[in-house]
Amino acid sequence: MSHLLEIQDLKVTFGGLDALSGLNFHVDEGEIVSVIGPNGAGKTTFFNTISGLVEPAEGDILFEGESVLGLDPHQVTDLGIARTFQNVRLFPNMTILENVMVSQHCRTSQLVFGALFQTKAFKQEEREIRKRAEEVLGFFGSRLIGYRMEQPAFALSYANRRRLEIARAMATQPRLLLLDEPVAGMNPMETAELTGLIGQLRTEWGFTIVMIEHDMKVVRDVSDRVVVLDHGVPIAQGSYDEVSTNPDVIEAYLGRPVEAGA
Amino acid sequence: MTAVTAPRAVTPALLDQDWRSVGKWGGLCGLAIVLVSLIGMPVGLDSRTLVEGRLSLGYLALVWLPVVFGYVVSKRVVLEGVETPDPGLRDVVAGLCCGIVAGLGPALLILGLDNWNLRKPLVNWSPKLLELLTYDRGIGYGVAAWIITCAVLAALGSMLHVVPASVRRFVSYAVMGALLLSVLESAIVDLSEGFGLESLTDAIYAKRGGLTVTSTIILGVVIGGLSLLTKGRVKSATNRYRQMEGAERQRTSIVLFIVVAAVCVVLPMFLGTIMNELLANVGLFLLLALGLNIVVGLAGILDLGYVAFFAVGGYTTAVLTSSQSPWFHPEWHFGIVLLAVVVMAAITGLVIGAPVIRMRGDYLAIVTLGFGEIIRLLFLSDWLKPYFGGAQGITNVPPVDFGFALVKGTDPRSVFYLVLAFCALAIYVSWRLQASRLGRAWMAIREDEQVAEAMGINTVNTKLMAFVVGAILASFSGAILAAKVGSIFPNSFMILVSIIILVVVIVGGMGNIVGVLVGSVVLIGVLGGPRQPGLLQEFQSFKLLIYGALLVFMMLKRPEGLVPSARRSQELHQEEYLQDAWLKGEDHDQEEAEAQAEAVAHAPAGVEGEGDPS
Ligand SMILES: Nc1ncnc2c1ncn2[C@@H]1O[C@H](COP(=O)(O)OP(=O)(O)OP(=O)(O)O)[C@@H](O)[C@H]1O
Ligand SMILES: [Mg+2]
Repeated sequence: MSHLLEIQDLKVTFGGLDALSGLNFHVDEGEIVSVIGPNGAGKTTFFNTISGLVEPAEGDILFEGESVLGLDPHQVTDLGIARTFQNVRLFPNMTILENVMVSQHCRTSQLVFGALFQTKAFKQEEREIRKRAEEVLGFFGSRLIGYRMEQPAFALSYANRRRLEIARAMATQPRLLLLDEPVAGMNPMETAELTGLIGQLRTEWGFTIVMIEHDMKVVRDVSDRVVVLDHGVPIAQGSYDEVSTNPDVIEAYLGRPVEAGA
Repeated sequence: MTAVTAPRAVTPALLDQDWRSVGKWGGLCGLAIVLVSLIGMPVGLDSRTLVEGRLSLGYLALVWLPVVFGYVVSKRVVLEGVETPDPGLRDVVAGLCCGIVAGLGPALLILGLDNWNLRKPLVNWSPKLLELLTYDRGIGYGVAAWIITCAVLAALGSMLHVVPASVRRFVSYAVMGALLLSVLESAIVDLSEGFGLESLTDAIYAKRGGLTVTSTIILGVVIGGLSLLTKGRVKSATNRYRQMEGAERQRTSIVLFIVVAAVCVVLPMFLGTIMNELLANVGLFLLLALGLNIVVGLAGILDLGYVAFFAVGGYTTAVLTSSQSPWFHPEWHFGIVLLAVVVMAAITGLVIGAPVIRMRGDYLAIVTLGFGEIIRLLFLSDWLKPYFGGAQGITNVPPVDFGFALVKGTDPRSVFYLVLAFCALAIYVSWRLQASRLGRAWMAIREDEQVAEAMGINTVNTKLMAFVVGAILASFSGAILAAKVGSIFPNSFMILVSIIILVVVIVGGMGNIVGVLVGSVVLIGVLGGPRQPGLLQEFQSFKLLIYGALLVFMMLKRPEGLVPSARRSQELHQEEYLQDAWLKGEDHDQEEAEAQAEAVAHAPAGVEGEGDPS
């Protein structure tokens, strides 16, 4: 059986700098895989490459056995890969509800005609979009629903913005969810809560998850497997315990002058 | 604590001023007065009387400056947590000093006018200006008069901070109301004639134009009094409307809609030709602005060549209906032609849109600017002259015959009704699309195109659709223009049209239907369109200057437009701390809720505060 996501010899260069090179790994349906590594290791670049924002120099990315290279970002999302952004990028002037509604775009189809004549199909679809939006927002308890749904996204607290990012990705109805540092900037309580929710994303929503995270506690608690990148090169793969005791990994994180990590 | 604040509570010495700021604002005000004089406003506008024998539009163009600058100079920046002394006499002194400095501007100008002749580079450096500035009573009188006038007016302006809020409200409404009544004289006279109330306006307005002095005072007091009575009512009414739910809200909305529709339909019957013509022009530009609002306001595509679609609509109509069309003249009926107009606009939208839509921001703006000009030049060219008549255009576009009514340019009322129908259509389209899957996708693209794409939106197709919908609305406007004017020339489609529509959308409030409506009424109705005169016909030659100044002012001070959507005004004026509430502690959810409730309560304030001269 083929893997859900398969990365083959991936190499990405930015004007001579190898942001990623020789990356090989795969993710199976239902797994939670964490990608870790020091700053500038190429983790976000890896996500950008999968979601079609960056073109790789070499290698291939297969999703359900089909290459996603050369597809536009919206086509990748259409196939079932959704992501969040490390530097939270919501649609700030749209309401929370609209943020989640708009990301169902590729799962819906009504255009001008339906909207102007308020056809049955249009109203039905709007109802479904709204229902799904509320469902997704409800995943985070009472934090994003109620009166807040009509608030603009810029008015949210930082932690809630992160939650909304995840909700927005969930609303695209993906099979594979890419989370870029989901708990960055959250306090320990919020982090613990979100860690639990990430587990639920797999068990209750059936998403397969690839997560970039610096918080080792979160990585330990949720991931089946961990991939460690350093300077764009994968230096270790395996369970958390294997990886965290790997001397190469410890060196990558600690054994180097700080400025070399940039 | 008390030991530190105690000395601050004492009223500071009158002359303990921030002289730098007084000098700066005074100097700026003086410069502004000189500038306004030299561009010819006082002389050009002197013939229009506002208050009989006392105030002409020309003087008004000068004297409002010290009032506003006086107000500004004594305005305090209120910092949270820092105690500011109550406004007092000291602020009036600041205004007074600012006014004296400002008065030096016109004073020096008078001396200059008297001693040198700079007529060559400065066209308006004329004896007429000198006469006007000195009130025709000699140099000394003029210099003294201006310094004193400026000082007094600036002091009055700064006094607005000192007097109680109700007095401030009374005064500003009284002054604004009286000015509005005198400025809108022609419209009001026309309207009252329609209702057979000439005696009323005869009493208010002097024979040779302008309010009489007594009526100015009476009307000012009445309006000021009314403003005190209605204080807060408007706000609470809109709040109540906002809070209504379900069936009640629907009922109120229907009633409101019927009232507005009835006014729009009935009012023109009582208006004369000139006013109807003006309304028809406002409608034509409103239609354009609504279309551009979809493109710029919703989808965030800065299209500077929007006039191209206006031209396509006009030419399609002219070619298909006119008997004088040089090449192809089927002389179809307007109704059928509209279908052709839609098709042509959509095709042009796609042809122009497809190559430019992938560009970002500035590049797109420049390229569309080029396309807009190319379309006009094509219609003007010798090459296409056999088809579109070149510079002579196409004449003899017939009036629109609906069987039960004839819409022709000589009967502006009929044109207005036609325009009204199309504007209603455009408003409906904007409203429905805004709250649809497509509208949300447009907004997402406006917010962050890359993320929108990553969230599954095909940005190229979606943006093209905005382009086409905008194009179709503009082409309707062009079609009506052709039928209204009865002919079509390339010169009606200058780049200026694109710019002015864009200003209307920005000044009114981007992405907001009501804003666009208010924007077109205020700008096109009062100032006038590129060629069409507005209520203030005297401003014809200064129109572009005012448009420009207004645009700069709005961008700096009120980027959300005259009528902001509640959401946008929050965004642009909200304290940053909301975002970082999480830093303050565990229980930030609570704080956030409170802060947001407060933000909602403040949001409608922007609309209500229109009358304030701030
Ligand atoms: N668009 C780009 N153009 C040029 N260089 C880039 C670009 N994007 C990333 N890089 C470089 O590629 C390297 C990897 O960056 P990336 O953002 O993937 O790191 P990261 O592992 O996500 O780091 P962090 O933990 O700080 O998020 C860095 O050296 C970065 O400067
Ligand atoms: Mg990163």
